[in-house]
Amino acid sequence: MKRIVAKEEYCMNCRLCEVHCLVSHSRSKDLIKAFRQERGEIVPRITVERLGAVSFAVQCRHCDEPACVEACMTGALSRDPVTGEVTHDPQRCVGCWMCVMVCPTGAIRRDKSGHVAAKCDLCLETGTPACVANCPNEALVIEEDND
Amino acid sequence: MSKRLVQAEFNVERDPERCIQCQVCVRQCSNQVHAYDEEAEQVTCDEASCVGCQRCATLCPTGAITIKKAPPDFAPDNNWTSDVIQNIYRQAETGGVLLSAMGNDTAKTSWWDNILLNASQVTNPSIDPLREPMELTTFLGAKPNAVELSFDDQGGPSLATKLAPQLVLSTPIMFSAMSYGAISYNAFESLARAAGQYGTFANSGEGGLHKDFWPHGPNMIVQVASGRFGVDIDYLKVAAAVEIKIGQGAKPGIGGHLPGEKVDERISQTRMIPVGSDAISPAPHHDIYSIEDLRQLIYSLKEATRYQKPISVKIAAVHNVAAIASGIVRAGADIVAIDGYKGGTGAAPTMIRNNVGIPIEFALAAVDDRLRQEGIRNQASVVACGGFRSSADVVKAIALGADAVYIGTAALVALGCHLCQKCYTGKCNWGIATQDPYLTRRLNPDIGARRLVNLLRGWSHEIKEMMGGMGINAIESLRGNREHLRGVGLSDRELSILGIKAAGE
Ligand code: SF4
Ligand code: SF4
Ligand code: SF4
Ligand code: SF4
Ligand code: SF4
Repeated sequence: MKRIVAKEEYCMNCRLCEVHCLVSHSRSKDLIKAFRQERGEIVPRITVERLGAVSFAVQCRHCDEPACVEACMTGALSRDPVTGEVTHDPQRCVGCWMCVMVCPTGAIRRDKSGHVAAKCDLCLETGTPACVANCPNEALVIEEDND
Repeated sequence: MSKRLVQAEFNVERDPERCIQCQVCVRQCSNQVHAYDEEAEQVTCDEASCVGCQRCATLCPTGAITIKKAPPDFAPDNNWTSDVIQNIYRQAETGGVLLSAMGNDTAKTSWWDNILLNASQVTNPSIDPLREPMELTTFLGAKPNAVELSFDDQGGPSLATKLAPQLVLSTPIMFSAMSYGAISYNAFESLARAAGQYGTFANSGEGGLHKDFWPHGPNMIVQVASGRFGVDIDYLKVAAAVEIKIGQGAKPGIGGHLPGEKVDERISQTRMIPVGSDAISPAPHHDIYSIEDLRQLIYSLKEATRYQKPISVKIAAVHNVAAIASGIVRAGADIVAIDGYKGGTGAAPTMIRNNVGIPIEFALAAVDDRLRQEGIRNQASVVACGGFRSSADVVKAIALGADAVYIGTAALVALGCHLCQKCYTGKCNWGIATQDPYLTRRLNPDIGARRLVNLLRGWSHEIKEMMGGMGINAIESLRGNREHLRGVGLSDRELSILGIKAAGE
C-alpha cells in the first residue's frame, strides 16, 4: 500500500503539514476561513514532534495489525483488507478514546467539536495527502510498499 | 548601557486580515524576530534584528508577511547616506571591523551590461539550436603548441603529440570554490551531486573534502590554500583537478577564518583540525613568495598526482593581473582562475570587499591579451569568476577570452539564498551558510541538486540560443571572439582595454 514516510533529516519544524492537514479536513478548504472559523473545532491529524534540532511529522502508520482497530468497541475503526488503509467512521465513534490510548505512535487526536476520534485518512476527500503536497522540503513522501 | 543609535534595516509588516497565528514564522526566523505571545494569543515581532532574508515571508502560508527595506530617514544627503551613517554608528558602538558577506554590493556598474552581443542578419545564417547540433563541450587544461601525427603502414593517422590532462565539461560553467564549513554539508552535497549529474565540476574550496564526498571526486576540483586544510595524498588523488588558491575576489590580500564554534566533528575530520579550534587561513602561503616558489608547489602537486591531473591556480583580479597570470602560466599552471571584485564570500571586511580588486571584465580581457601576445595562451585555460548573474554574462566572458566560468553566488541563489549577506553570522535561514543543525536540514540535497541542474540546463540552453543567433555552432568558435562584442556607454580607454569596438562600429 501507499505509505507516507517522514524523512526526519529534512524536516525543518515549520509545521506547515499540520496547517494544511487542518485545512484539508475543514468545511471551507480555505486556509484563512478554516483557521478563523473552524480552528478549535477541528484538529490536524498530523503532529510534528521535536527534540532540539530534530523534528518529524507523525501521522497514522496504517498498521498491518492495528491496535486501534483491535481496541475499538464500536467498529468505528477498521482496516480495509484490499488497500490496507485504516479508516475511521465518525458516525460510529462514541469518543471513548480507547484508540487514543493504544495507538503506539500517538497518531489519534480528539476532535473536540464532534467528540470523536480524528486520525489521518490519507486525505480521502481530496485524494492527495495535503501534508505531502505542502511540505516545503519534501520531508514527507509517499512510498509504495509491496507487503 | 547607552542607547544604541543603529536603526532597524527592515520593516516587518504582518497583515492581520491574513495572519492565522500558525507561528510558522516564529519557528523559521533564526534571528528571533517573530515571537508568540501566549497571553495575547498573538504573533509579535521585533524588527531590529531582521536581516531581510525573506524566509518568513516565503514560508508564511497565507502570505501575511511583507519585508520592506527601511532606509532610516536621515536628512537626505548624497555623501552621508543612511548606510554610511549606520556603519559609523555600528563602529562607534563596537570598535570593530565592519563585516559583510557575498559580493561587492555597491552601485558600481557591472561592465557586462555595457557589452552587447551580435546576431546574424542576411549575410550569415543563424542556427536553430533545437534543430541543429550545438557543441558546448569544453576542455580545460594545457593545449599543445602544435599537433603531430604519425602514420601506420596503411597510412592511417594517429596522434603523436602527448596531450596534457584535461577536464571535460559538458557546459562552460563550473561551481566555484565554497568550502564545507563556510557552507553546510547539504549545500556542499547539492553542488557535488549537480556537478556530477550535469557533467561539470564543483570545487571543494579550501576546507578539505569529507570522505562522504569522495565518490564525487571525479567531478570535484580540490583546493590547496594557505591553511592547507584537509590536504593529504588521498585528497589529491580522489579529485579530478587540484587548484592552488592564492586569492579570492571578495577579499584579495587577506586570509580566512572559520570560527571554532562551526568546527564540529564532521568539519574537524574534513579540515583535519581539532573540534572547536579556529580554522585560520593565513593571508599568504608561507611557502610562496615568488613565481619560482609557486612553480615548486605546482610541480609538487603534479608529481604527487603523477602528471595525470590539471593544476589550477586561482587569483583575485588585482592591478597587475595580466603580468601575474603570465607568471602563473610560465610557472606551469594548466588553468588560471581569475576572480573579479564582485566575487562572493562567507565573510569579508566590508571595506575590503567593496574597495579592493578590479572588475573581472577588464582583468579577463587583459589576461587573455597578454597571454596571446606572449604566445602562451594555449598553455593554460582561463576560468573567469566573480559575480556571473546570467547566461548572457557567461557568453560575454567567453567571447572576451574565458574558457569557462565559475559561478558561486548564482548557484547559492538557485539553492534558495536570498542574498541577505549575513553568511558570517552563522544563522543562514536558508540552511546554506550555517552549521546549526536546526537550520542545515532546511536544504534537502535532493531538491538542491535538482534546482542546480535546472539552472545549468537553462543557462546552457540560453548559451546555445545566443550562439545560434551569432551563427556559431561550437563554443570553441566563440572563445575569444571579441568581434561579436560591442560596447555602449564606455570610454575609448575602456573599449581599448576590453579590446572591443563601440556599438555602431
Ligand atoms: S511540513 Fe514538512 S518540513 Fe514542515 S514540519 Fe511538516 S514534515 Fe516537517
Ligand atoms: S491509528 Fe495508530 S494504531 Fe491505528 S493504524 Fe494508525 S498508527 Fe496504527
Ligand atoms: S507564518 Fe504567516 S500566518 Fe503564520 S503566524 Fe506567521 S504571519 Fe501569521
Ligand atoms: S530575518 Fe528573515 S525570517 Fe526573520 S523576520 Fe527578517 S526576513 Fe523574516
Ligand atoms: S547564504 Fe544564507 S546567510 Fe548567506 S546571503 Fe544567502 S541567505 Fe543570507
